[in-house]
Amino acid sequence: MADAISGHGDGETRRDFIVLAGAAMGVVAAGAAAWPLIDSMNPAADTLAAGSPIDIDLGKIAPGQQIVVMWRGKPIFVVHRTDAILASLQKPALLEKLRDPESAVNQQPPYAKNANRSANPQFAVLVGICTHLGCIPKYLPEPSADSPAPDWQGGYFCPCHGSKYDLAGRVFKGVPAPYNLPVPPYTFPTPTTLRVGENPAGATFDLASVEQL
Amino acid sequence: MAAPAAPVSAQHPLVRWIDHRLPVFSFMQKELHDYPTPKNLSYWWNFGSLAGITLVIMIASGVMLAMNYVANADMAFESVERITREVDYGWLLRYVHMNGASMFFIVVYIHMFRGLYYGSYKAPRELLWMLGVVILLLMMATAFMGYVLPWGQMSYWGATVITNLFSAIPWIGSKIVTWLWGGFSVGNPTLNRFFSLHYLLPFVIVGVVGLHLIALHQHGSNNPLGIDKKGPQDAIPFHPYYTIKDSFGLAVFLIPYAIIVFFYPTGVFAEADNFIPANPLSTPAEIVPEWYFLPFYAILRSTPDILFIPAKLAGVILMFGSIAVQFVLPWLDTSPVRSARFRPVYKWLFWILLADMIMLGWVGHNRPDRIVAGFQITTFGWIGTLWYFFHFLILMPLVGKFERPLPLPTSISQAVLAAKEAK
Repeated sequence: MADAISGHGDGETRRDFIVLAGAAMGVVAAGAAAWPLIDSMNPAADTLAAGSPIDIDLGKIAPGQQIVVMWRGKPIFVVHRTDAILASLQKPALLEKLRDPESAVNQQPPYAKNANRSANPQFAVLVGICTHLGCIPKYLPEPSADSPAPDWQGGYFCPCHGSKYDLAGRVFKGVPAPYNLPVPPYTFPTPTTLRVGENPAGATFDLASVEQL
Repeated sequence: MAAPAAPVSAQHPLVRWIDHRLPVFSFMQKELHDYPTPKNLSYWWNFGSLAGITLVIMIASGVMLAMNYVANADMAFESVERITREVDYGWLLRYVHMNGASMFFIVVYIHMFRGLYYGSYKAPRELLWMLGVVILLLMMATAFMGYVLPWGQMSYWGATVITNLFSAIPWIGSKIVTWLWGGFSVGNPTLNRFFSLHYLLPFVIVGVVGLHLIALHQHGSNNPLGIDKKGPQDAIPFHPYYTIKDSFGLAVFLIPYAIIVFFYPTGVFAEADNFIPANPLSTPAEIVPEWYFLPFYAILRSTPDILFIPAKLAGVILMFGSIAVQFVLPWLDTSPVRSARFRPVYKWLFWILLADMIMLGWVGHNRPDRIVAGFQITTFGWIGTLWYFFHFLILMPLVGKFERPLPLPTSISQAVLAAKEAK
């Protein structure tokens, strides 16, 4: 009988066990009850649906033109690049001024990790948010001797703190922005349609995985 | 000394009937009337009651604003303009509330620096101080979310920058940010939850203020001499002495508050960019938080890479750490003497710390790439950050051990009478 009351004999009783087990179940129950409250703050189903991929008709973008579309509340730059722009991206004089000309930092999907930072060289697709403090860089493709900066070769210029990127969204050295502009997941379901938010078949890339948005 | 008020037991039978069942009258008698308070409190002790009154002003004006405010990303900005232009006295409510936030922080910062100078955080008032730090954190969260509600440019971009801080957390950072936003960027779900929490938190603050007051009344106020009351000769009843002094302080406080509300409602504390509706496609030239966050913003932006911790994460850690260190201040300060009046070394450190905080505020106000005297301004921010932590983590424990304090008066009463004799 004494054994049944004192349990294991070394001061632990059956009651200790029941109290501990009960408390543990209580903690689990409290967690289970709290979870719906916490999870309700995550994006709702319609918000997620509104973040689904969007299609853009590329036929309407003139050569050299940039359009800005919104995807998941972020500005997405789509540029129809000319041959002249593409040629300018390979100039050694430009490359040596860039912080990360090879796109080594994870700021783009694998299919855009190339000399043009693009799955299709003709079109640049970039998230238009400066990697410094989140401002929106200006598209200034025309070279200029003095505006917005001396010896401007054409590219993106951030009006907030003067960060500079080339026309592939690669950041220059000596500016506050640390990384290249991010590239979102995208694919071309038809030759004239761009779909932002979806990877090409076989690729998996999540924009949230980049070094910095 | 005023004649003691009649005890509850001698009052109207209805008062006695209620008090027997719900002792509100004897409670008020004890805590608001008789409550023995050091007789030597200076005007620096007015700021606790001022903070309490400002909290009431903020809640009252906020509740009325909420009746006309629309927490929807498409309508929020216009609803605030409507409050200003169409609602009877809406302009008054808005400007009292908007500028009240800044007045609240002025009062609370003075209240805290008074506590730092006179050692009000020391035994037996450690929990009193810690509850105060909790109130400060709640105030900061409330003020930040309130600033988002008008949905102007600075609301939107301030919310973007500050919520993005959490993306610096390794592994789960971006998931936390998405959870905070309730979407893929700051948007309507964010605005809705901020409104909900902005309405909730002030009442949480009221609760913690209640605990703060219970802790205060347990041992009573500290005083400029920092020595304990030794008997009734060192104290005077709260009413009428401090009720009248607090009322006078309130009147003085309301003068600049009213001047701002009526003559410069948007000219002193407001940011011009916040009178432009939020636009996710256009960033303001400069994103600056409200002045009361500037020293902490400077810590955030000035912190460089530390060992293997990237600058962004290190900045977030140090920014939150700068508040967290306040929780352990009562144990970091090893000096048995409370008041800086009798601490010749600490007295200087206090003023240096105040100057350091002002410098950090100046750094936070400027663009991080500004060059001052040949240095990038963040260099000054980093020096200020290091000094802040050096002050609390290194100097406070050491100075308490090596400083030779001046002799303390034998009692409050003796010091007060001696001061009177000297005149």
